[in-house]
Amino acid sequence: MYKPNNMILQTTTSLIAFILLGFAVYLLLAGHNSPGGGFVGGLMTSGAILLLYMAYGIETVKKMLPVNYTMLIPIGLLLAVGTGIGSFIFNVPFLSHTFGYFTFPVFGEVELATAMLFDFGVYFTVVGVMMTIILTIADDQ
Amino acid sequence: MPMLNIAIMIPFIAAAIIPFLYKKLSIHIGWIAFSVSMALFAYLLSFIPAVSYGETFLHTISWIPSYGIHFTAYLDGLSLILGLLITGVGSLVIFYSVFYLSSKESLGRFYTYLMLFMGAMLGVVMSDNMMVLYVFWELTSISSFLLIAFWYQRKGSRDGAKKSMLITVTGGIAMLIGFIMIYVMAGTWSIREVISIAGSFTEHNLFIPAMLLLLLGAFTKSAQFPFHIWLPDAMEAPTPVSAYLHSATMVKAGIYLVARFTPVYGGEGIWFWAVTGVGLFTLFWGAFHAVRQIDLKALLAYSTVSQLGMIMSMFGIGSAALYFDYSKESVIYTQATFAALFHLINHSTFKGLLFMVVGIVDHEVGTRDIRRLGGLITLMPVTFSIAMIGSFSMAGIPPFNGFLSKEMFFTAALTIGDAGFFSLDAWGALIPILAWVASIFTFVYSAIIVFKTFLGPYQEEKLERPAKEPPAGMLIAPGILAVLVVGIFFFPNVLGEYLINPAMSGVYPTLATTADIGVHVSRWHGFNMELWMTVGIIVLGTVLYLTKKYWSIVYTLFPAKWSFNTLYRFMLDQMEGRSTIVTNFYMNGYLRNYLVYIYSFFILAIGGTLIYTGAYKFEISGNAPITSFEWILVFVMICAVVSILFAKSRLTAIVLNSILGYGVAAFFVLFRAPDLALTQTVVETVTTVLFLVAYYFLPEWRKEDAPRKSRNINFIISILVGVVFTVVALAVQNGNLFDSISSYFENSYELAGGKNIVNSILGDFRAFDTMLEVIVLLIAGIGVFTFIKLKAKKEDESIEDQ
Repeated sequence: MYKPNNMILQTTTSLIAFILLGFAVYLLLAGHNSPGGGFVGGLMTSGAILLLYMAYGIETVKKMLPVNYTMLIPIGLLLAVGTGIGSFIFNVPFLSHTFGYFTFPVFGEVELATAMLFDFGVYFTVVGVMMTIILTIADDQ
Repeated sequence: MPMLNIAIMIPFIAAAIIPFLYKKLSIHIGWIAFSVSMALFAYLLSFIPAVSYGETFLHTISWIPSYGIHFTAYLDGLSLILGLLITGVGSLVIFYSVFYLSSKESLGRFYTYLMLFMGAMLGVVMSDNMMVLYVFWELTSISSFLLIAFWYQRKGSRDGAKKSMLITVTGGIAMLIGFIMIYVMAGTWSIREVISIAGSFTEHNLFIPAMLLLLLGAFTKSAQFPFHIWLPDAMEAPTPVSAYLHSATMVKAGIYLVARFTPVYGGEGIWFWAVTGVGLFTLFWGAFHAVRQIDLKALLAYSTVSQLGMIMSMFGIGSAALYFDYSKESVIYTQATFAALFHLINHSTFKGLLFMVVGIVDHEVGTRDIRRLGGLITLMPVTFSIAMIGSFSMAGIPPFNGFLSKEMFFTAALTIGDAGFFSLDAWGALIPILAWVASIFTFVYSAIIVFKTFLGPYQEEKLERPAKEPPAGMLIAPGILAVLVVGIFFFPNVLGEYLINPAMSGVYPTLATTADIGVHVSRWHGFNMELWMTVGIIVLGTVLYLTKKYWSIVYTLFPAKWSFNTLYRFMLDQMEGRSTIVTNFYMNGYLRNYLVYIYSFFILAIGGTLIYTGAYKFEISGNAPITSFEWILVFVMICAVVSILFAKSRLTAIVLNSILGYGVAAFFVLFRAPDLALTQTVVETVTTVLFLVAYYFLPEWRKEDAPRKSRNINFIISILVGVVFTVVALAVQNGNLFDSISSYFENSYELAGGKNIVNSILGDFRAFDTMLEVIVLLIAGIGVFTFIKLKAKKEDESIEDQ
């Protein structure tokens, strides 16, 4: 995948990767009210990271993003299941979600929903799984 | 206190304890089993006075009350006779086996099995609930299996055990089905209740099938023709086991069952002919084949078969008494049942004795082959005396108990021969003739046992050990039985009054209340037909014995391979062979073939249902119009699909496949599903990348060299699957049975605070599905990770082999 001295790719990547990451985060956050969500956001994030890998090679990206993607899987799962279990504290059935509107200094009135936390869980799991699969296969040369 | 139930359980408890005691105890473990058995015998003896006055005992412990299955112990005359035989002969056999088996054998195992068997057998004869009876019935089969294969190092033992297991369990399951049918007809599991309403369901469709299945169970257990073949092979068991199981107890279980169900089925023509006919033929067949045996135990096995046939036929004759309801005429036929019960006891005494004698001979000289035996009379006089008493009793010679029961058997056979119902006027005359001929053979083989073994020249060079009397302990048990054999002849009415007459009222519960069916046995009944028949037996039997070598050519008339053993082996071989062929035919290891089965089944099941229910009609007039965009997309996708089939390289196929994926995404856009379109696009990209990664490792694309025929089959099946799917998809539109529930989700902003309905459903309304899908992803990730990271290196041992 990685070819040295591929300057055009590397330069454009440094720009595109951030746009992609930004779009991914947008998809994740906007999911509740517009098309998007944790799943596609996670996929998009993995796409952005993969692009980095293709442009800069495994060693470089490992230094840039010292993240153990496999660890993201349990973290995401814990979040997703945790939001479900959290509903027990309020004596409601498993995975009961709620939402409310809060006013913040900068953003004004913002809607916050516990379904968002669940989506975060999905997001981290997807990123973790996708990166684990692809990096494991790529490592196995 | 349900003492009877506890009495049944005691042998099981003993069986559980014996293995522990065996290691600890210094005395012979057989004494423990002996004391248990003796205690039970004494306990059952204590019931004789009450039972002889017609009392019965009933104790119930609830087991599965919701299904009406109770552990009900019921003791009447019939159960008591068998219970006494089981415990009495059991005690003697255990006593004998203490001396017979050397202490090198694994005695703990032996007595555990024996105790299991004793408990199971007591359970069979004392259970009132048919289900519980069946449980104990199978336990006797299993414990008998274990005992036959006691010397499991020998191939013969294993084969014999397997054979007896297969045959008796087959019959047992048939019996279970019969029981269930009776339950359906009578509405109760209790045999007493079934008997009390007997006659009310004779018109039921299941009446005859239940009867035949029941008889199948009884015949297999009691080694009736043609299921007798397991019994001679079961002689591989230690001799005490043969004496106990295969002469005195287990083979009587089938007879007990017939006797028990006589009140239900007696009086039916089919029952009469099945029991009497099979019994008589077994009597003849067993006697005829016993004569040719050269192994003493095989001879005794065939003689057991023959004697069981005799008892069975007497029960058959006795069942005719129920043909006439409540009439004095029927009393005469009940005497056959008396004779059957009488001979049941007699047979247990003399056959147990004979097995023990054979065991002694085997134990002392190391062979049971009658060609090598002879002249033991002077060396083993006591054994000889005992053997003579047993054999002569079996042959039906006075002054032994076999004589009395045989005379009564002839009386019964002659009486039934003159009866005018069940089309007996046509065939009835055969019954006494067959009985008489069989008795001649019985005489011959009884003579062989005594004379070939104990008379003639003594051939020490053919024996493994020089003959001498066995230790006294081994002679005590057969000695007691010999005393009984003679004692019953001189005091038959003691037995008759206290045991058999009460048992008669168990077989004829209604008759016993209206008429006196008790029988007084007379040792001397004058010069009548029966006596002349016995005289004829002795004369003809002697002649046949002396001329045996001249007429034994008869046995070579039928080739040896024309036996039921050959049939059994042939069936077993064929079943194994054929099932292997069948299994190998369709389980050929090719995934392609399995897919063909699955899809064929799908076509047949779904397509067949569609045609059968007429659901293939559909109406498309109400559908939305198709736009030009959709036409174009469909056309592109069809092109891609068809091209995949003709793709020459794998890369082409992958790319064409991704065209399909993006086409689907475009459809999602057209059908206004932005979330799906987004996800589909990204997922399609990722899978295409993964395909390409995998492509890197795959071997060269080869043209599939499947034969033309299977390719055609594949083509037809794929077309049919497509058609079925399409028809289903079109047909379901017709069945708009209820309104969609999607209007509920349209309130997602109020309910879940989200304007994106899809996301609200995924993350809130139906978040549980999403959670599990995330877990699916986790598993997939872990799967890929472990496949690649943890695979065994070339030098490593294969993990799968560990």
